[in-house]
Amino acid sequence: MSEIIIPEILQGKEPVQSVRTPIRMEYTFTPGVAAQAYLREFGKKKILANVSPVDGAILVPPRGADPRHGVLCEEFVELPHQGHVGSFCITNVPIPGRKDLDLPYISAWIFLDGADIGFLNLVSECPPEDCRIGMRVEAVWKPDDEIGMTAENILYWRPNGEPDIPFDQAGVRGWRYRASENSDA
Amino acid sequence: MGTGGETAAVVGIGMTEFSATRGDVSMPGLVREAAQRALEDAQMDWEDIDAVVMGKAPDFFEGVMMPEIFLSEALGCVGKPMLRVHTAGSVGGSTALVAASLIHSGVHQKVLTVAWEKQSESNAMWALSLKQPFQVSINAGAGGYFSPIIRQYMIESDAPDLIGCMVAYKDRQHALLNPYAHLHQPDLTFDQVVESPMLWEPIRYSETCPSSDGAAAMVIVHESVAEKSANPAWIHAGAMRSEANNFPGRDEVNPQASRECAADLWKQAGISNPREEIDAVEMYVPFSWYEPMWLESLGFCERGDGWKMVESGATHLEGGDLPVNCSGGVLSSNPIGASGMIRFAEAALQVRGMAGQHQVAGAKKALGHAYGGGAQYFAMWVVGADKPTS
Repeated sequence: MSEIIIPEILQGKEPVQSVRTPIRMEYTFTPGVAAQAYLREFGKKKILANVSPVDGAILVPPRGADPRHGVLCEEFVELPHQGHVGSFCITNVPIPGRKDLDLPYISAWIFLDGADIGFLNLVSECPPEDCRIGMRVEAVWKPDDEIGMTAENILYWRPNGEPDIPFDQAGVRGWRYRASENSDA
Repeated sequence: MGTGGETAAVVGIGMTEFSATRGDVSMPGLVREAAQRALEDAQMDWEDIDAVVMGKAPDFFEGVMMPEIFLSEALGCVGKPMLRVHTAGSVGGSTALVAASLIHSGVHQKVLTVAWEKQSESNAMWALSLKQPFQVSINAGAGGYFSPIIRQYMIESDAPDLIGCMVAYKDRQHALLNPYAHLHQPDLTFDQVVESPMLWEPIRYSETCPSSDGAAAMVIVHESVAEKSANPAWIHAGAMRSEANNFPGRDEVNPQASRECAADLWKQAGISNPREEIDAVEMYVPFSWYEPMWLESLGFCERGDGWKMVESGATHLEGGDLPVNCSGGVLSSNPIGASGMIRFAEAALQVRGMAGQHQVAGAKKALGHAYGGGAQYFAMWVVGADKPTS
């Protein structure tokens, strides 16, 4: 390799090791058929799910497809505003852009009644040490005049005081539990 | 049995020193350092190489799109075939398997494979938790994702609370024997691990991996070339599997893709009792509890018994019958894209008898393992000191 010759004007200067070049990109996001249907109804305080055409599995929020089979899901069903905690994390790490979150906060997989998969959301009005897998929760919505076509309509989920779902039926185990019950029947 | 096709072996291994900031090298300098060392180990030069296979974690970590293009010159592959592999955190493992497949298929004789990450020029934690349109932003990094899964494992298996701390302490002890490791903490005590702050309960600070810069490289060659090498690591088996990260009935603790990948691997390698037949394991454990979870998923013990292996000391280099992560593992060095290849390369070093102070005495067969995404992408290989018989 040939030697690098530094111009006289640069000799004796501190070598540059890194430069910061911030960039910015703007884009338009189109949510797609299933997410649009979901957001329109969510703006009216309704929670829509997809129904799998293969075995009737209830998928929320709807993505328009069943990830197990790669098939289109065109049927929707409305779900209640309550469910249970499938599992959870007590988080002591702040999230940039969410200054509203006091540490520690509980991020939990919420399984709505009737749903076969969960989604990650905030649990509040519950001391972290009292949170449990299987704990029953209900949605706390924003005031009606602040509701819109956004994912943030539900502020958080809080315990509703009903008896817990047993561990072996909670979260992802629920599907397998129901499958084993059906095969026994 | 066997990988199918032509027999392949690793004859050269190179790694960089791993650290929080490799400010002394650029990205091209980093990958070249590992590749140069692998070539020296293989006693080869750049022109001996037929093709290059490169892997790293998603491009938006460093914000350099398709970095394989601008790294071609540094890797001596201008005018040669070059492949890029993308499989999230498991990418270092799958990159090695893609390189091996170019030998198994008879396409090439000598392939250089490199995997890397320069986390000091990125922000991987928040790159993994990007605000998605029309979704609630609530997940704080990979720890926030894996914590609920670990919590379920702890309940399902009735594991004592401090098993994760035992793994973290063990791996940091092992790291003291590896000069390349990022974390060298000779004064760390078990109590300090236990008392370190809870970040993503039940995951403590000391139970998480560091954020590292680094690269790993290997030269993988055809049998006819390997036979001229003093001590090749022969590839006995290689397997990859993947699954979606959220579907009804998904076994998050012990994913189907992981179990089926391991079953395929042991079948190819002709191994019926992995615990007896494997001498050293390099497993992808970015959060301590994944050691007992993967021990179960890989079939080293029954489901629910992984933590008992940890508790008994079975996975320690000193006195254990199945030493796991003698290099210090991902818990001691985590250049994400390279982490899987480091596991594969460390397994090969073990069967070549070249692991230095962290060598498992007399290791004949070793497992290299990597996973990625939401524990949904898997890559594994078995390497041996002896040529595969099938």
